[in-house]
Amino acid sequence: MNNPFIRLEEVSKSFGLLTVVEGLNLEIGKGEFISLLGPSGSGKTTILMMLAGFENPTSGAIWAGGKRIDSLPPHRRNMGVVFQNYALFPHMTVSENVAFPLKMRNVPRAKVKERVGKALDMVQLGSLAERRPSQLSGGQQQRVALARALIFEPEVVLMDEPLGALDKQLREQMQLDIRDLHRRLELTIVFVTHDQSEALTMSDRIAIFNRGKIEQIGKPSDIYDHPSTQFVAEFIGETNLVRGCVQSVEGGTARVQLPGGQEVFVETATDLRPNSSVCLSIRPERIKVGRREAAGNNITAAVSDIVYHGDHLRLVARSDSQSLTIKTDRSQPTLSIGDEVQLSFLSSDCWVVSA
Amino acid sequence: MNQPRLGKQLISLALVAPLLLFLIVFFALPLVTMIKSAVSDPVAARTLPATARSVSSWDRTSPPTVEMQAAFVADLRQISDDQLFGDLVRRLNSAKSGFRTLMPKTRKAALDTAGSIDLVALDKRWGDISYWQAVSVAASSRITDRNLLAAVDLQRDASGAIASLPADASANKAIMLRTFVMALTVTGACILIGFPFAMIAASVDGWKRQLLLGAVLLPLWTSLLVRTAAWFILLQDRGLINSVLMQSGVTSSPIPLIFNRAGVIIAMTHVLLPFMVLPIFSVLIGIPKNLMPAAASLGAHPVRAFLNVLLPLGLRGVVSGSLLVFMSALGYYITPALIGGAKDQMISSVIAYYATGAANWGMAGALGLVLLAATMILYAIYLRLSSERETSP
Repeated sequence: MNNPFIRLEEVSKSFGLLTVVEGLNLEIGKGEFISLLGPSGSGKTTILMMLAGFENPTSGAIWAGGKRIDSLPPHRRNMGVVFQNYALFPHMTVSENVAFPLKMRNVPRAKVKERVGKALDMVQLGSLAERRPSQLSGGQQQRVALARALIFEPEVVLMDEPLGALDKQLREQMQLDIRDLHRRLELTIVFVTHDQSEALTMSDRIAIFNRGKIEQIGKPSDIYDHPSTQFVAEFIGETNLVRGCVQSVEGGTARVQLPGGQEVFVETATDLRPNSSVCLSIRPERIKVGRREAAGNNITAAVSDIVYHGDHLRLVARSDSQSLTIKTDRSQPTLSIGDEVQLSFLSSDCWVVSA
Repeated sequence: MNQPRLGKQLISLALVAPLLLFLIVFFALPLVTMIKSAVSDPVAARTLPATARSVSSWDRTSPPTVEMQAAFVADLRQISDDQLFGDLVRRLNSAKSGFRTLMPKTRKAALDTAGSIDLVALDKRWGDISYWQAVSVAASSRITDRNLLAAVDLQRDASGAIASLPADASANKAIMLRTFVMALTVTGACILIGFPFAMIAASVDGWKRQLLLGAVLLPLWTSLLVRTAAWFILLQDRGLINSVLMQSGVTSSPIPLIFNRAGVIIAMTHVLLPFMVLPIFSVLIGIPKNLMPAAASLGAHPVRAFLNVLLPLGLRGVVSGSLLVFMSALGYYITPALIGGAKDQMISSVIAYYATGAANWGMAGALGLVLLAATMILYAIYLRLSSERETSP
């Protein structure tokens, strides 16, 4: 990145003997929406806490806007934080909550009133200004928390699983709302989540965390289509992992023999040596059923299970010792368990992840 | 249809019956008895029935009539029980001193001679109208407001109007005021020490929290008398505190800490501290942990975050803790009695004096009633304030 707004340099954090974040380097651009995605305990929340100033790194440096901030107390960092369970002040009304950051900055009263009104209109809560947080629904509370974190125009907005407590429908609405705010206000957002679909929907970039380290970082489509490790392939979306042995490599294409003896062609960017063992990732929706692809890989398999999902069908098919999951639309000719089917996929949809 | 419901009600009544009986026997009845003894005044009316009848037509300003004197002597001859006579003398003497010698003398004369006696000739005090006024007031009614008035340093003058007691006669009002001031001081000290303590205890966890809470709870499990006795030893001129201060060179002579106000406040604060810490602690641990970080991220300096977020949210605990401490402190007896000087005694010691020292149950009851009333009024104000706060939007 040419001109990163936030830079983490070899940041480590341990609690006693437990190392939560290890030697982390991360750059975040101005106006970027970056998601930190990973299972619980992978260190993503700790990074956010260090950015907000609630935790100090054990070693390393954090820069924001050209200044080193890792020893700055939280109230001087000018970062808006949206907490998982909102952290609204229960003894204040909605408008008092939203006015709080301005009050702390000694903004004149008339100005506060105007800006609070604007902020509440922005999250469509103007009519609830005099209510207490306890009188609001979860989604409304989340909007208040958002308005409160945005009203003082922070340089960065940090969100710690802000939608985790909402039900599915509301969560999807809020995802769109937050993305909309991000675009309109050109915010820099660091968004922590363990929900991969949330990260895929909202982010400019996703950093996948595992055991205190970034496993892979990139655009959502890059990460989904070209997972670099087995962990990423399994964590983002659903996938079939197939082990095989490299027979030969020509250009960017390798010929890999599966345990059952069938051979597939795989496009790869990494250097593969013949006779080495590899792990292949094939997304269930990229496998076609009942068609032979002249340019692709073809496998015959027996249907062992069919699951109806409303908008699609999910087939489980066995080929030799390999079990494959296939996501297919409902226009398939009627299949029944035990039928032999022809499966095909392009060599570009078959991706080598590090073994 | 009604049968099972009645059965259920009977069962629940049977379940609360032990508590109900306990409360009636050991709480309601003594309370009623004390209130009654504060206002009842039957001795004179019972022992002097004829006098009561004859003084009912007296205007209490003209000289006593012959009929009154005759009735009084007749009544005296009727009293056979010496203890009852003693009660009467004590009752009359408490209204007007002089009866203690006058009454036995008059009774002896009445029993020794038959027929009418010239009381004024027997003792010239009987010529003094104020003695007859005292007899008249005492004999004509079975209830009295004398004790209640005396409890707040008031009396009825000769004409029956309420007037204040002479300044040297009673100090109840001053002691009552002192009681409230001391209770308030202790409450304030408990808030100052208890709030930060509860904050720390609520912010740590694991063994540290157990240790801190244990430090507060341990004294609570120790007898009040033992704790007070321990302070008695610590606060002495050659006690632990003073010897440490003198050896470390902070002072050259011991700081007087015992038999004065400072010692009483220290000991009472220590004894009552748990009642402040525990309510505040329970309120503070109920406050979501992320509110203070949230305030900090929104730009609040720790001090302003405390004043704007933690303090208002913890106030409920402070109020209920203060109420507990203040009300308990009002009735303190042992600690001021052991550690305080004469000028640090609280109203309970005056009550104890009347109840056990002077055997004046009427005064003891009246003072208790005044203390109870003052406490109830304060409690009502608290309830009013707290309910207003809850209903306000």
